[in-house]
Amino acid sequence: MRAAIASAALAATVAGAALAQDNTIIQIERYRQMLQEGNPAELLVVRGEGLWQEKRGPKNVSLAACDLGLGAGVVKGAYIQMPRYFADADQVMDFETRLVHCMVSLQGFKREELTKTPYSGAGQRQTDIESLTAFVVEQSRGAKIAVPQEHPQEKASFDRGRYLFYMRAGPYDFACSTCHGVDNQRIRLQDLPNFEKPEPAQRAFATWPAYRVSQGALRTMQWRLWDCFRQMRWPEPIFASQATVDLTTYLGVRAAGGKMDSPSIKR
Amino acid sequence: MKKSLIFVVTIAALAGCETLYTPPTEQETQAVIKAGFRDRGIAKVERLNQSELQQQCTKHGNNPPKDVRARLEKAALATVKYPADGNWLGDFKLGERIAQTGAGLQWTDSPQSVAGGNCYACHQLSKAEISYGNIGPTLYNYGKLRGSGEGVARYTWAKIWNTNSFNACSSMPRFGDAGVLTEEQIRHLMALLLDPNSPVNK
Amino acid sequence: MPDPMRIRATAQPDGVDVRVLMSHEMETGQRRDSGGTLVPAHHITNVTVMHAGKVVLSAEWGPAVSKNPYMQFKFQGGKKGDEITVTWLDNKGETRTDKAVIN
Repeated sequence: MRAAIASAALAATVAGAALAQDNTIIQIERYRQMLQEGNPAELLVVRGEGLWQEKRGPKNVSLAACDLGLGAGVVKGAYIQMPRYFADADQVMDFETRLVHCMVSLQGFKREELTKTPYSGAGQRQTDIESLTAFVVEQSRGAKIAVPQEHPQEKASFDRGRYLFYMRAGPYDFACSTCHGVDNQRIRLQDLPNFEKPEPAQRAFATWPAYRVSQGALRTMQWRLWDCFRQMRWPEPIFASQATVDLTTYLGVRAAGGKMDSPSIKR
Repeated sequence: MKKSLIFVVTIAALAGCETLYTPPTEQETQAVIKAGFRDRGIAKVERLNQSELQQQCTKHGNNPPKDVRARLEKAALATVKYPADGNWLGDFKLGERIAQTGAGLQWTDSPQSVAGGNCYACHQLSKAEISYGNIGPTLYNYGKLRGSGEGVARYTWAKIWNTNSFNACSSMPRFGDAGVLTEEQIRHLMALLLDPNSPVNK
Repeated sequence: MPDPMRIRATAQPDGVDVRVLMSHEMETGQRRDSGGTLVPAHHITNVTVMHAGKVVLSAEWGPAVSKNPYMQFKFQGGKKGDEITVTWLDNKGETRTDKAVIN
């Protein structure tokens, strides 16, 4: 009931929405609520947990020694403090970058093989990276987003990410800010959160990764950026490149204080 | 001797802690960004080489000062190629289809793909289509409100071809100038907007 | 070996509420892959839930049920501590059985 009232309030603030559209928004919210139960991402969390604990790769070790910033093997509450600076790599890394680092350095996997097709396609089995991401982000459910800005490289990552956010480029002259830098915008009927404001930034950072019902798959933050750039008519972002990490740092810092609610479920 | 060495080392260590953070330069940032992308299909990294318009709009937060604005708008208007035969209007039914289609120029599109205008992503057009965005103003009754004179047609054509002609740093893509739509497709969109029989004007 | 199901069974005043999340592609057999080839049908055809030796739910599914199906239902006669068994069978003959305790 509360959700319906909240949806009605949301509908009222959408400028110029016709009455037919108010009702559409309410119905979409109700559909979202129905989907919350039985989020198939749960299945992937279980799979990811198995992959974390299993001895794998040429070196036949588990990921128990992987340090996500809180100490070797500490997974609980780890997702919310990334991207962050890691001294052993002398780099600011988001979770997926750090995971690849651990799988390569600890387990002996080849980086090119892990990152060649980082996202599963339609009807394909989800990748190990997707499964492990689901598991690790679940361990931060309810925790407050706290992407650090202590180390100079973390600050540099934020500054570069902010620059990228506002950079207009490509044949359509789009920047991230074109869609996500203004209040109350929507494409067709899809609301566009304004990431300059804390609350929309929190909601976005807190709900990715998400199970995308229309794709039948869990999609991560790296995937979300990748699919945005495709529609912006930009070239393809390289998986776990510094640019993608910087953009995630920017959003993460803007989202400070939000409560993680991931894996979530989306359209 | 040993004492002064420790002294020097301590000073160096303190200096390191107290070093002020210097943000990366624009050049350094652009380099990191470009290194983070790669060519895929028709979407090439050279798309990240910003034009003058893109640089100025980015620099001024899409709200350039008067003189810069005037310069950008003049340059944009100069890019507009009006129809050679003076025929402004095509088929509004085809225009509706172009307005509904969002494909084109992505790395998932082939070089032979015909792009759409994706107008409904940002604008209301016909009354029947309720799934429309609000990034741009409503275009419902566009022709009905403005008439179909030569001036309106010329303005509308230039707006679609290069919207920056009248609104520098607009969010709207340059459908003609960037080669998104052909002259023929823009004629169909013109009909959708200006033809009195178009659903937009009913 | 197909992925395990997630089963939650809670005893309530009006019956035992069972919620099952199954991991399955549920390929309809009508979809084409990126090369244009028809992807063969691969979906659950039968679901059976047992309690105390009796069938409390029996279902026949087809391609209309979507990927990673989630099912919720209530049955009478169960109590806290009892065990239920859920089994699915698909058109390729693959099967999966998982148990859960009612709490």
